[in-house]
Amino acid sequence: MKRRDFLSRSGAAIGATGLSAPALLSSTRWAYAANGTIPVGLLFSLTGAVAVVESTLHDAAQMAIEEINAAGGVHGMKLEPIVEDPASDPATYADRARRLMIRDKCVSVFGSYTSASRQAVLPVTESRKNLYWYPTLYEGRECSRNVMYGGAVPNQQQDLLIPWALEKFGPRFYMIGNNYVYPKEENNYCKTLLEKLGGTVVNEEYVPLGHSDFASVINRIRAEKPDVIFSTVVGDSDVAFARQYHAAEFDPADMPVVSLTRSEVEVKAIGGEAAAGHYSSAPYFMGHDTPENKKFVEAYQKKYGADAVTHFVNEAAYFQVYQFKAALEKLDPSQITPEAIRDAAVGITLNAPQGEVLIDENLHTHLWPKIGQWQADGQAKVIVDSAERVAPKPYAAYEGQSCTGQGLVKA
Amino acid sequence: MDVLFNQLFSGLSMASILLVIALGLAIIYGSMGVINLAHGEFVMLGAYATWAMQTYFGFSILVALPFVFLAVALVGWIIELVIVRRLYRRPLDTILATWGIGIILQQAVRLGIGAESRFVKGPGILDGNVVIGNVVMSNYRIFVILFSIGVLAATWALMTKTEFGMKLRAVIQNRGISECYGIEASRVYSLTFAYGAGLAGIAGALITPLYSTIPTMGTSLVVDAFLVVIVGGLGSLIGAAAAAVMIGEVTAVFSMVMNDTLGRIAVLGCIILLIRFRPRGLFPETVRR
Repeated sequence: MKRRDFLSRSGAAIGATGLSAPALLSSTRWAYAANGTIPVGLLFSLTGAVAVVESTLHDAAQMAIEEINAAGGVHGMKLEPIVEDPASDPATYADRARRLMIRDKCVSVFGSYTSASRQAVLPVTESRKNLYWYPTLYEGRECSRNVMYGGAVPNQQQDLLIPWALEKFGPRFYMIGNNYVYPKEENNYCKTLLEKLGGTVVNEEYVPLGHSDFASVINRIRAEKPDVIFSTVVGDSDVAFARQYHAAEFDPADMPVVSLTRSEVEVKAIGGEAAAGHYSSAPYFMGHDTPENKKFVEAYQKKYGADAVTHFVNEAAYFQVYQFKAALEKLDPSQITPEAIRDAAVGITLNAPQGEVLIDENLHTHLWPKIGQWQADGQAKVIVDSAERVAPKPYAAYEGQSCTGQGLVKA
Repeated sequence: MDVLFNQLFSGLSMASILLVIALGLAIIYGSMGVINLAHGEFVMLGAYATWAMQTYFGFSILVALPFVFLAVALVGWIIELVIVRRLYRRPLDTILATWGIGIILQQAVRLGIGAESRFVKGPGILDGNVVIGNVVMSNYRIFVILFSIGVLAATWALMTKTEFGMKLRAVIQNRGISECYGIEASRVYSLTFAYGAGLAGIAGALITPLYSTIPTMGTSLVVDAFLVVIVGGLGSLIGAAAAAVMIGEVTAVFSMVMNDTLGRIAVLGCIILLIRFRPRGLFPETVRR
């Protein structure tokens, strides 16, 4: 073949594929709910660094799917969970999300614990016009039309907590967090609240992820004598911090750690003795006393062992599947597409273990903030329960910006 | 001023932990030339052994220490026998092999025991703090400092005062000639590797009440241990001790004047500079290979 021939032919071929691509897309209008099953993706890491927590989200979502199928499914169709393990690696999340959304034709994908993995999936779910159900509390400042946010944003964790802590313990806050986006955004919001309430920040400090020697942080705390330690330290760092804080013999009654990130999972590793007396703010605690929660905890422990714990992220992973089901029920089976599910989901209320939750038109969830005090048995006692359901404001720290049903609006 | 003294104590405490972690590595790396990337996993095994003994037999950490030492030493001995022994003449391959061993150990613990963080109770008699003026020192950390000095002294005595130490030093200097004199070099190496592993196990046991016990805990610790060994100079016990104190104190002072994140960066920067001007560390041993 002459070079010129080759060029013209390959050019023609490229032209042809270029032309046929849109036709290909429109001709295969996906029948999302074919064959009597509704495929849903489960994209939680079962291996790798964050698997410790994330596998419990998988377990909770899996349990919800099994419960729904056992009760007859939706429109007589069973939910068909398709499990992928992205192994704690953000790039793999994007890859597996693509696989679930394109090859497996999932109408929705449930997944992610970390913000990094959610952000990796974001362009995939947006370009595929799919729906990604994200159960974790996060830093806000995001407003995708293709993500359903089931966890708390800063205003839902702090509006109740900060005034209470300031009133009860005093105005001097010491901020300690891991060095990444979540703690920084939470601290940003906390500072705007403290400014309004007349509190002060005595120190704002970030340690690397996985940091385990808090001796110098504790020395600084000792020197500053703040009223409240406002903690956004996560995972193993939090375990080390809590144990060393306890070993330093600080009294939680006059210098408590109030944490946005410490859940039953961390407390199990910290040990009840070291965790006792400190506080966490979250919409859900395992010890929360409602019939829905009792049922949830019993079913969970029956399935995954008597020492399994439920916490504020896997509770959301659980109720999000039910929100998904409720949205499906509002649709005619022939109309099931991810975006139709999204539009149907807005406004749905549901009795979750934490209380009745509502999906806002900005796709975040109205939740019931609570403050729990950790007890020596490793459970939190809910000592302040929000009187009303709190609306999600993902841009609360940014004046003039808000997340609405039309996406991000800047004033 | 109190802040400084508190911080210096923190530095010393950090140094003592670094020292017990690095000492085993210094011996294995320094005397045998094996770059043992599985060292962090030996530390992890020590932590899990402590957890297991506390959970199943009710041993406190102090009681468990000798058993942990023996258990991890046994693991090290087996690994030396099965894998490392075949690679003494190929030092670069030991990096790959020990890295692989590390991954296998980590995943084995993850699959067998579970990935979640385990709780180990600190020894009750060492709860509390010693307070001098405004300087507050945790009893447990004081214990770790004293213990690490003890381990250093014991290791030094083992290397210089015993017949085993003499044989080891002979083998290090010239393996062939020592074998001619009837020293069983392979046995000496086995025991040295086992001893180094056992020390790592002790380090793991000591840090359980302070850190969190997870399968991946060794990964970051092995980096610190290598920093200590490289700064101290290969095979030098005194070098390892000096380097541990230096790194601990410099980290503490930097994290006082800046913060922990910048402090860490500054320490790594200092080490790079030091290696630039003293490539063989603070106390290089002159060893003929």
